[in-house]
Amino acid sequence: MIAVLRELWQSLTTFLERVGLLVRFALRLMAILPSGLLRVRPIIEQVYNTGAMSLVIIMTCGLFIGMVLGLQGYDLLTRFGSEEYLGTATAISLLRELGPVVTALLFAGRAGTALAAELGLMRATDQIAAMEIMAVDPMRRVVLPRFLGGVIAMPLLVSIFIVVALFGAQLVGVEFFGVDAGSYWSQMRSAVELSDIREGLVKGLVFGVACSLIAVYEGYNAKPTADGVGRATTRTVVISAVVTLILDYILTALML
Amino acid sequence: MRSTRTIDISTGLFVLLGFAAILFMVTQITNSGYSMKSDSYRLKASFENIGGLKSGAPVSLAGVTIGRVEDIQYDMDLYKAIVTMRINDKYRAIPNDSDASIYTAGLLGGQYIGLTPGSSDVPYRDGEQVIMANDAIVLEHLISKYLFNSAATPPAPAPAAQE
Repeated sequence: MIAVLRELWQSLTTFLERVGLLVRFALRLMAILPSGLLRVRPIIEQVYNTGAMSLVIIMTCGLFIGMVLGLQGYDLLTRFGSEEYLGTATAISLLRELGPVVTALLFAGRAGTALAAELGLMRATDQIAAMEIMAVDPMRRVVLPRFLGGVIAMPLLVSIFIVVALFGAQLVGVEFFGVDAGSYWSQMRSAVELSDIREGLVKGLVFGVACSLIAVYEGYNAKPTADGVGRATTRTVVISAVVTLILDYILTALML
Repeated sequence: MRSTRTIDISTGLFVLLGFAAILFMVTQITNSGYSMKSDSYRLKASFENIGGLKSGAPVSLAGVTIGRVEDIQYDMDLYKAIVTMRINDKYRAIPNDSDASIYTAGLLGGQYIGLTPGSSDVPYRDGEQVIMANDAIVLEHLISKYLFNSAATPPAPAPAAQE
């Protein structure tokens, strides 16, 4: 009994410690943010690494998510004889929820793991220690551009995902099942508000900050062993996914 | 490592694609916003009851959307709701004796304002008040009217039986 309690207490304190370390890490990043923004070159390279390299997977998944929405939405809406609302249903669900959340999960899987593994390997092969010896701040030189690259790339990836998915749903709904293309787009237009788009982009930005932060934090603080790097990448995906879904609920509650 | 030129080009392409997607979302899949503001004029109408009308609701002429409800205010002097509509400049020549009514789209749909053109030769000017405004039909009023009307007329066969 005592042993179980001690175990619980232990895991609670480790959890709190990790949260505290993450917050300190985030604050340090914020402190050096202004100076990091001036160095554009490394940020562009990271936007390429996290954004442009994720484009293919984002567009493929977006297409299929859209096609599934078209299929399910059509099947459900024909029961009420209102399949012309397919555009509305797809657009609202994509803009508010599916676009940002699925993109964030894919982003964590594709770009987050790459960031964590890269930083973890740098740590394991003593590159970060070498930088510290040369009086180069690895936070400024290595971590910050990767974080910023992710933050910039995420909202763009979200909007690309949403637009591709809308055309995927149009492909299934309009081309396969014969919903009228005019009513598909015009019903969408009359129902979608600018605030829906704002909600999607804000969510994308927040998820981008969260996922990038978790990836660079886990990678930077990885144990310098092969096992440690592996653990860091796994944790990146798991924690990013959980945090994304929790943040999603909070943001939805705030913006509804 | 790829050359910096390749990186630059694909990053540029990615960012452009992203902004193109945002632009597409803002202009193509939403109605409220930019197209109306530039060339349009205002019309006002005062209603006793606007039902569930909200700002942003469409204003239509024979079913064609020609504008949107911009603002809804309550006038403390008239005890009426003042609805301000923004009408696209293409539809300048609406006769100045046209009337406005609040309708419901479908059985459960949202409410909108329908204009019915009058016969005058003079069009409405910017900011002018619509002469006749018909209120929204509130379902509860209809039901209560029906109930009280049927209660007021005495049931015919019952007294006859008592006599």
